[in-house]
Amino acid sequence: MDTLLEIKGLRAGVEGREILKGIDLVIRAGETHAIMGPNGSGKSTLSQVLMGRHDYEVTGGSVTYLGKDLLELETHERALEGIFLAFQYPIEIPGVNNVYFLKAAYNALRKHRGEPEIDAMDFLAMVKEKARLLEFEDDFLRRSVNEGFSGGEKKRNEIFQMAMLDPRLAVLDETDSGLDIDALKIVAHGVNSLRRKDNGFLVITHYQRLLNYIVPDFVHVLVDGRIVRSGGKELALELEERGYECVEQHAAA
Amino acid sequence: MSKATDATIDHFVKQDYKWGFTTDIEQDSLPAGLNEDVIRAISKKKGEPEFMLEWRLGAYRKWRGMEEPRWANLRYPTIDYQSIVYYAAPKSKKDGPKSLAEVDPKLLETYEKLGIPLHERARLAGVAVDAVFDSVSVATTFKAQLEKAGVIFCPFSEAVREHPELVKKYLGTVVPPGDNFFASLNSAVFSDGSFCFVPKGVRCPMELSTYFRINAANTGQFERTLIVAEEGAYVSYLEGCTAPMRDTNQLHAAVVELIALEGAEIKYSTVQNWYPGDENGVGGIYNFVTKRGKAMRRAKISWTQVETGSAITWKYPSVILQGDDSVGEFYSVALSNMRQQADTGTKMIHLGKNTRSTIVSKGISAGHGQNSYRGHVRVARGADGARNFSQCDSLLVGDKCGAHTFPYIDVQNPTAVVEHEASTSKIGEDQIFYLTARGIELQDAVNMIVNGYCKEVFRQLPMEFAVEAQKLLGVSLEGSVG
Ligand SMILES: Nc1ncnc2c1ncn2[C@@H]1O[C@H](COP(=O)(O)OP(=O)(O)O)[C@@H](O)[C@H]1O
Ligand SMILES: [Mg+2]
Repeated sequence: MDTLLEIKGLRAGVEGREILKGIDLVIRAGETHAIMGPNGSGKSTLSQVLMGRHDYEVTGGSVTYLGKDLLELETHERALEGIFLAFQYPIEIPGVNNVYFLKAAYNALRKHRGEPEIDAMDFLAMVKEKARLLEFEDDFLRRSVNEGFSGGEKKRNEIFQMAMLDPRLAVLDETDSGLDIDALKIVAHGVNSLRRKDNGFLVITHYQRLLNYIVPDFVHVLVDGRIVRSGGKELALELEERGYECVEQHAAA
Repeated sequence: MSKATDATIDHFVKQDYKWGFTTDIEQDSLPAGLNEDVIRAISKKKGEPEFMLEWRLGAYRKWRGMEEPRWANLRYPTIDYQSIVYYAAPKSKKDGPKSLAEVDPKLLETYEKLGIPLHERARLAGVAVDAVFDSVSVATTFKAQLEKAGVIFCPFSEAVREHPELVKKYLGTVVPPGDNFFASLNSAVFSDGSFCFVPKGVRCPMELSTYFRINAANTGQFERTLIVAEEGAYVSYLEGCTAPMRDTNQLHAAVVELIALEGAEIKYSTVQNWYPGDENGVGGIYNFVTKRGKAMRRAKISWTQVETGSAITWKYPSVILQGDDSVGEFYSVALSNMRQQADTGTKMIHLGKNTRSTIVSKGISAGHGQNSYRGHVRVARGADGARNFSQCDSLLVGDKCGAHTFPYIDVQNPTAVVEHEASTSKIGEDQIFYLTARGIELQDAVNMIVNGYCKEVFRQLPMEFAVEAQKLLGVSLEGSVG
């Protein structure tokens, strides 16, 4: 099977403080992995290191994506190669229209693949279709990127963008937090409809709830910058029942 | 800030000045220096009537007794007013070109380079262009069409000769010849500019536009613009400015007067892109400009400016809200990068009842640039129900630049409502990361953020200028979708 992502012994931190303390993880095409862990364990750091955020210094290990050294690439190059990060805290860009922004991102992808810019009408049709998938009102699209959006709307906007850009590897950082059950179902439906044999997902969550709707193939538990346990989807249920303490003890042992 | 971001910002800040060419044209100029003889010579060269000469001399005598203002947050060496050439004009066989065909092709070439071909594009765009090259107006397009509507749009010097009664009636009524040091200097030596008169009830059928260009070395440029909109008239006027790159500073001291009679509306937009000097602050235009409008009952005056050029900018487009229910607006984007310094803002003087004013100022500081907003909102005792809303935002790009805000509020009427909001932000690492994480290159990401930040102001510009303004900030146009 195709390996999408291979993380080996990844260490990273900020200003001399180590946050990720040796992560190993392999994601193959067609797989959905979940990473669970308590607050502050390094989940968002991992997602942002994968996306190439400069604030974090990688101090050891390697990340290979589709056979390439991912750590060599700039953030925008990673996106153009098919990696997508749904942010835990999506950013507001005042004055920049949502659709305009998406079109710029979409055309950057096309250009990278040597394709011509998309026709405005085709683009609009695509926007409408994906917006329906996420049950987005048109009004959303006319607004500035994330500006004045509620927490839930921001999260839905992330998945909407993901649907538009159709990545090979999507990292969803706590997309479920702040969503009510209806919104959660909409988001999960959006994600599930994008799951294919040739792409992969890394779903980061604090709670098991999301995994009822996006059923993972593998679950990993991240504690203090290390993956302390891995297993099938049943591991999530066990965590739900017994809490993170049991694995934390496990980690200490 | 991360290294990558710094690199982008550097690139963003160090974009070359594309308008820096010079044009090799024979000049007819006066020797440097200023005295009454120079003023008489200017007046004579322009074939002015006696009243104009007297007006100039009066201004000059006032100016001699005045001191250059130094209260602005600007640093520059002393200006030697005796080393400046006060009149330079492209040489032509006759007095002036009577039509486009008579204009020196080299001049027309210059305008092509500036992106304003006088014939084709102007016609396509429906813009009537008056181009001021150094000190004289070279050509005015669309004259005939405007005349049919009763609109007078011509070089100022022509207005002085052909419509002396209008000039006499309105000149100096908003910015009097003794108003301030730079305005007085301008009043004494102005050599050309634009004149526009829109008669009662007429909606000017097209956008009017002036392009100012300083070409000759060591020459000051002193345009005088006067726009009168009679009762119920409407006019939208655009002004663009560029200059060649020179390593000496050049002085630009213009005066613009707007008069909006009852129920009239004047929209005045500027894209100022004078040469800003180089990275080390060598060269560039010193831009000391007095712009003021007077709005009578139910009239509206709206200033929109995009200031990206000049080494020094000293400019406060203002509105005297004289009539009841009159409206004043000021929308501004001012970018200071490299060693540029801008001290700009507005004055809204509420005299009439229920007068309203809006101020939206977006300052951008990058490189070693210093950007100051200076605003004055005054509500006079009799201005019952006056309202003002001011929003002054500053965006810092990098950490060697500065942003300053000096709002003065002077309210003498208890029924007035004056609101002031201000913010200062650094261009966000988070925002840049978010955009690049979607595949957008750093440079484009920065441009997109800056463009978004300025949107409220760009929206006020006529389409053609909005595009130019966005390009000036290194930004591509926001899409038509959505
Ligand atoms: N940019 C940063 N600067 C300083 N500390 C950080 C930064 N990012 C994360 N940390 C710290 O690293 C730890 C892990 O954070 P994070 O990856 O956000 O955890 P999680 O997403 O699992 O809640 C926390 O202690 C957090 O304070
Ligand atoms: Mg997190």
